[in-house]
Amino acid sequence: MKAPSLAMFSRVSEMEAIPDIEAAALRSDRFRLQRESDWKRLEYILSRLERGQLRKLSDEEVVELPALYRMAASSLAVARETSLDAATLGYLESLVQRAWFQVYGPRLGLIAWLRKFFAGQLSRSIQAIWLDICVALAVMVAGTITGWLLVARDTEWFYALVPTQFADTRVPGASREVLLDSLKVEESAKGMSAFAAQLFSNNAGVSILAFALGFAFGIPSLMLLVYNMALLGAMLWVYSSQGLTGEFVAWLSVHGTTELFAILLAGAAGMHIGRRMAFPGHRSVLAAAAESGQRAAQVMIGVVIMLIFAALLEAFPRQLAGTEARAIIGGFMLLFWVTYFFAFGRNKPEGVS
Amino acid sequence: MSSRALPSQLRERRMKRVRTMITPEGVALPLTIASRGSRAGALMLDLTLLMFGTVLTTWLLFYTALGSVAGQELDEVPGSVEFLFVVWSVFWFVAWNGYFMFFEMGPRGATPGKRICGIRVASRDGGRLTPEAVVARNLLRDIELFLPLVMLISTAFGSGGAAGWAGSLWFLTFLLFPFFNKDRMRAGDLIAGTWVLDAPKPKLAETLSTSGTVATSTSDVTGTQYRFGEEELSVYGEYELQTLERVLREARPEAIEAVAETICRKIGWNPGSGDERAFLEAFYAQLRARLEKDMRFGKRKADKFS
Repeated sequence: MKAPSLAMFSRVSEMEAIPDIEAAALRSDRFRLQRESDWKRLEYILSRLERGQLRKLSDEEVVELPALYRMAASSLAVARETSLDAATLGYLESLVQRAWFQVYGPRLGLIAWLRKFFAGQLSRSIQAIWLDICVALAVMVAGTITGWLLVARDTEWFYALVPTQFADTRVPGASREVLLDSLKVEESAKGMSAFAAQLFSNNAGVSILAFALGFAFGIPSLMLLVYNMALLGAMLWVYSSQGLTGEFVAWLSVHGTTELFAILLAGAAGMHIGRRMAFPGHRSVLAAAAESGQRAAQVMIGVVIMLIFAALLEAFPRQLAGTEARAIIGGFMLLFWVTYFFAFGRNKPEGVS
Repeated sequence: MSSRALPSQLRERRMKRVRTMITPEGVALPLTIASRGSRAGALMLDLTLLMFGTVLTTWLLFYTALGSVAGQELDEVPGSVEFLFVVWSVFWFVAWNGYFMFFEMGPRGATPGKRICGIRVASRDGGRLTPEAVVARNLLRDIELFLPLVMLISTAFGSGGAAGWAGSLWFLTFLLFPFFNKDRMRAGDLIAGTWVLDAPKPKLAETLSTSGTVATSTSDVTGTQYRFGEEELSVYGEYELQTLERVLREARPEAIEAVAETICRKIGWNPGSGDERAFLEAFYAQLRARLEKDMRFGKRKADKFS
């Protein structure tokens, strides 16, 4: 290999010599080197923030963040007009983007958010979907009546509606004693907490499903509500045919007022999204979907909390308390939820969300 | 990505994913929608992590339960086992429903899988990502992912028949939702007002013009000075300059040789060998100085065709 020299790259015709000497470093690189330490500092603060170490940052660093962010943003604006260094531009773009997420995303801590949520935000969200709640309630009542009427006309319907694991001894034609026995008070609380935990995950799964299906314009949510309530109507008929309506309602109401209310809210929340997407008003469908989705999500957090209560009530007081106590607990829970959701948190401005 | 000229189709496809956001300072920031591939990858990672975590905990709880009843007469389930069962039920529910929510509410807006894949969740309107939005987007995961898969598997193995297939088809529209809109939102993103963005974290690379031939235009190997005239430098534009920058930064000998040869041919020099890097560095420095000077006067040249 011969020694490399300028001749290797010489121009074919003639060499054009330029007399003036280039500046040693490019002007845009000098611009960058002057500001680099600020960018590095911003990056360091950002990486600490992203790791969730807000508390470990010193006061000066927290104060510096917005200033450093603005400096980086203006560096980016200048660099775009003066520099062609792709690496620097790419770095600055991602740095400003990361900083923007931190500077303009002042998060509420989980605790602060929970406080705001329970002190009115949840109630306001539920009040905002009142129309859907009314529709869902009407559908549930209609479902119950349908179940009742179907079984009253032809008891064969009972076996079509009720899945076999529920219909152990509680079938049409069962004697009064058998039915009364199924409502009896348990002697001890053994095994009850396991029962409660299972109930909770099962019910929560069902209500999340009812909510999620609302996305398809609400129709599947309604179908789920109708079916579940028809099942209840059928059961109600079986008990009332033996004159046990009061006992059954009391037995059911302990946890039922909470659980059915929660399922009602889940169905209504799903339907709310579907309705808003079908009739977005003057907004775009996407904006309407996003707004209603976030509102419905808050309702769903409330639903999950209600279901925890329902499972605890179902496992302990329902199995351990007598008829009057059951009715009182159930009535009280219903009153509690209605008051909390509809009388609480009114006349406050809609929280910033 | 290969350093040999990026195919223009790839570049175009990437540009399709770029959206622009204006910060309150008036700076336009490009945001890149995460590709479906990296989202699927992130999901796989997260599900694998979840599966390992929950199954491991189940095993631990199971062995604890076994240990607590070892050597006892088993007439009925003892309280300790029942307690462990409650812990397990609650844990399972919280893990599978709370994992995504917990991590996406954090300051990074990403689950561990998303973080590894370099993507994050962000609010579509440019505001902050609220807890409500995170909850909303994750509550739909059931009908988007688990139900379609369960439906498909059960129908494929014979139960359900025609209704099963219809149901599967219906659920598939949820599963395939990201393929039907340009922002690649899934149904959960749609109702939560969120989208998933690339969140790259590039390191600040070295300045090129402070060392070597870029700074002096003089080759360290041969001591020769490269000087390019107006005519030679006016051949290329910004796109070629930045491609050249990438070649120099990646420093792969074969790419450098190929690019040096191409440039020589283009500007009518004799391609030689042995000093390509110095040649390219000098060319880069002078081309960039020229283009940046023009830029300051408001004259820009996007690529060699303009």
